Amino acid sequence: MDKPGTDVIPGTLDLLILKTLSLEPMHGFGIARRVEQVSRGVFKVNAGSLLVALQRLERAGWLDAEWRTSENSRRAKYYSLTRAGRKQFEAEAADWKRRAGAVARLLSAEG
Amino acid sequence: MSISRQFTRGLRVLTRRRAADQDLADEVEHYLEQTTAAHIARGLSPEQARRAAQLEIGNATVVREQVRAYGWENAVDGSIADLRYAARRLRRNPGFTAVSVLTLALGIGASTAIFSAVNPILFEPLPYPHADRLVTVWDHGSEDAPLAITFGSYRELTARTRSFEGLAVASSWQPTLSSDARPERLDGQRVSASYFRTLGVLPAIGRDFDAADDRPSGPNMVILSDALWRGRFGGDSTIVGRAITLDDARYTVVGVMPRGFESVPGSSADAWTLLQYASSLPSEGPEWGHNLRMIGRLRPGVSIDQAMRDFDAVARYPVPEFARPPWAAMRKPLSVTSLQSDVTRSVKPALLAVMGAVLLLLVIACVNVTNLLLARGAQRRGELAMRAALGAERARLVRQLLTETLMIAVIGGALGVLVAELGVRALVALAPPELPRVAAVGVNGATLAFALVASTIVGLSIGLAPALQATRSDLRAALSTGSRRAAGSHHASRGTLVVAEVALALVLMVSAGLLLRSLERLFAIDPGFTPSHILTMRLEATGRVYENDSATYLYFQEVLDAVRRVPGVTSAAFTSQLPLSGDGDTYGAHFESSPTGRNESAVFRYAVTPGYFETMGIALVRGRALATTDRAVAPLALVINESFAKRKFPGRNPLGQRLHLGPDRGPWYTIVGVVRDVKQLSLAVSEADAAYIPTDQSWFADRVLSLVARTRGDPGALAPAIENAVWSVDKNQPIARVATMDDVVATSAAQRRFALVAFEAFALAALALAAVGIYGVLSGSVSERVRELGVRLALGASPRDVVRLVMRQGMALTVTGVVLGLLGAAAASRALITLLFGISRLDPATYFSVVGLLVGVAAAACGVPAWRAARVEPSVTLRAE
Repeated sequence: MDKPGTDVIPGTLDLLILKTLSLEPMHGFGIARRVEQVSRGVFKVNAGSLLVALQRLERAGWLDAEWRTSENSRRAKYYSLTRAGRKQFEAEAADWKRRAGAVARLLSAEG
Repeated sequence: MSISRQFTRGLRVLTRRRAADQDLADEVEHYLEQTTAAHIARGLSPEQARRAAQLEIGNATVVREQVRAYGWENAVDGSIADLRYAARRLRRNPGFTAVSVLTLALGIGASTAIFSAVNPILFEPLPYPHADRLVTVWDHGSEDAPLAITFGSYRELTARTRSFEGLAVASSWQPTLSSDARPERLDGQRVSASYFRTLGVLPAIGRDFDAADDRPSGPNMVILSDALWRGRFGGDSTIVGRAITLDDARYTVVGVMPRGFESVPGSSADAWTLLQYASSLPSEGPEWGHNLRMIGRLRPGVSIDQAMRDFDAVARYPVPEFARPPWAAMRKPLSVTSLQSDVTRSVKPALLAVMGAVLLLLVIACVNVTNLLLARGAQRRGELAMRAALGAERARLVRQLLTETLMIAVIGGALGVLVAELGVRALVALAPPELPRVAAVGVNGATLAFALVASTIVGLSIGLAPALQATRSDLRAALSTGSRRAAGSHHASRGTLVVAEVALALVLMVSAGLLLRSLERLFAIDPGFTPSHILTMRLEATGRVYENDSATYLYFQEVLDAVRRVPGVTSAAFTSQLPLSGDGDTYGAHFESSPTGRNESAVFRYAVTPGYFETMGIALVRGRALATTDRAVAPLALVINESFAKRKFPGRNPLGQRLHLGPDRGPWYTIVGVVRDVKQLSLAVSEADAAYIPTDQSWFADRVLSLVARTRGDPGALAPAIENAVWSVDKNQPIARVATMDDVVATSAAQRRFALVAFEAFALAALALAAVGIYGVLSGSVSERVRELGVRLALGASPRDVVRLVMRQGMALTVTGVVLGLLGAAAASRALITLLFGISRLDPATYFSVVGLLVGVAAAACGVPAWRAARVEPSVTLRAE
């Protein structure tokens, strides 16, 4: 966990956010921590990029946002996936798997 | 969904900016707290944890800005901030703002005014459906001059061509409307029944003419214009079917044209009746006179060329059912031109020249404001450098500066619309009488759109160069050295702008000078008569009483006697044609013995009463004038003009020669006198043949005559008395075209005068702007060189030397501008050629005097800064450093 993390692969931040929120509604920091934990510290999410991405996904209609009181009784902005967001996530995830699989095949190909 | 979400969320942010910012700050803060808490959980002290969290997240403000920058509302927000900032800056520099705004208001206003006149006349389609398919058709006379169409040709072309959906003919008609009020002479047209259908506009109330009624002695019918219907008949829709009295006859109103219908081919018309020519085409009737204006509507997809070929085929192969008399044989191809170009042909050169002039003025105004902006840009470099140092991008600074210039331009444009409103009124008042579609000239949607587009282009073009210059990348140098040293390079560009300004102003001034001298030359021309102290008006003998010729003669004789009795009138006479008034009736002439061996086709026929030559001041060259003894029963007498006599009887005595005027089998007139040439059509056209006959001895009785009365005092003041004298004879007869002869002469050159007044105004404005430009650059340069000048004075230069130094700088710019301007003027004068008269477009006197004036004004503009430079106190400036 103390290994310095790298930034997320360009273009995948949206997918990571959608995936994380598909499990449960969460606030910004929660998303960042979840991504770091699940990637075992490989990915480190930049706060500015994350908040801009959340703004963009919300405007696109894939996320809903509401202010709630957090576990430590502070006001926090919670994001949740909309129906359109879920569809978008499934499409992006399928697309990513297809491409990642292709890259993996290319890398493991011999001679 | 997402677009509406984008919009509503953005709108919410915009309307509740503070709450949105607070939310954002809360979110970032929450993030920071959570990160800190995570670090604490891993065993860091709260302080260390906070620092680690800050390191990880980065500057919270930057994060907030990053998020804030997302979304369209952010751009709007930025623009609003720019606008606010620009407004504040402009308010803080009221002098600069006022000068720039007024300069642009002048430029944009003048261009908008001219555009509002030029657009409906030259560019907008005529107000008819599919106006691009409307054409006019002209026949050709002996010397290729356009000739009106005969009814006979119209009938044949209608029957034998296939290119047209409709052909129609019209002639002018001035009926007198009598009702309880004073008799009123209307402008109207006699038209074929197809006229309105061909134009594509039908009456709004009632019905169109019926072809079955378009025959000799068919029913009297009239269609009224909307304006006449509202003005004289109170907009009463029961008027249709009722009868009104025109020329003492009853005419049934069959329809009223829609509001705004423009009878472009007949300029302003208020009433239309049927032509009612005989389709049997009797050879002695008006059916074979060249007196009709013909218009046509092409079938869709048929080109003008195809229509001409169609006409050619008809013209070349006559058929027995349409036998043509020799004078209407269509031996030369008919010409077909689009109605639009036909209507605008005569005024196009003047309008385009004026349009060009006003665009030059607009460019000069822009150059001037650009110059001011450059000067101010130099002062603002410190401020801009500071903002750049604080992290503003160059694009952001340029946008800010452009917002300022756009704001100046838009305010200038708004004021310009007011200027245009006034300008349009002046234009319409000044408009030459042949200007078509004057009713459509005005400030309207198209005009406002033009003003807006012009303002935007102006705002961007004046702002771009100064903005780029002010934000150039050496801003840091500017910050460290102050503005003095950085000022050098933009002097070159300001100098260039002044040179451009002087050159453009010179082009306008030379053009105005050429027009001015042309007009002087024109008015210096002897019209052949003495126009001062003459009042003229057009009288008419209308109504059934005057169908009898002798009643007509008697009426005019009694009017003449009554007018001569008016105190202040020294002499009075009638003529069938008034010189320079637009009258221009010509007839053929056949000499008994013609030394030149040919007949004359275009001789101006003047039926006059004795005393006409004396009243008009037309000098007798030889023989005698027409006298009261030349009455109906006496031998027929005729007077010709000098150049006709010289051309026809070179070196011989024309007196006693006999000729027919008009019909070939008409009576023989004997030449009894020769008078000086009189300009009939225009001051610029000379050498017309003219023949004067007594009204009593004419082969037909003129029912429209122009009264000319020579007066002792101001002729205009006698108009009411003379009108009352006319009405004392018959109160039902209309009086039209009341004017002094001086005004008639002036109006005859109205198109040139219109161009001249416009050019003079623009040239003066351009001169003033150029002077301001030179002054601005020099005084800016003097303020920046105060130290240098102080040193020079301290080292022993005399104030005279300093004055010379500054003057030389200013005059170098002026002279460069003059040289370029002369080249430009020589090229631009080509566009003016049709408006010039009596001088070359390269007239040296004009060029010299204009250059002299410009250099004089420029010297004066240089003088003030030079004088200030000479008064620099060396000790003060040196100590100030």
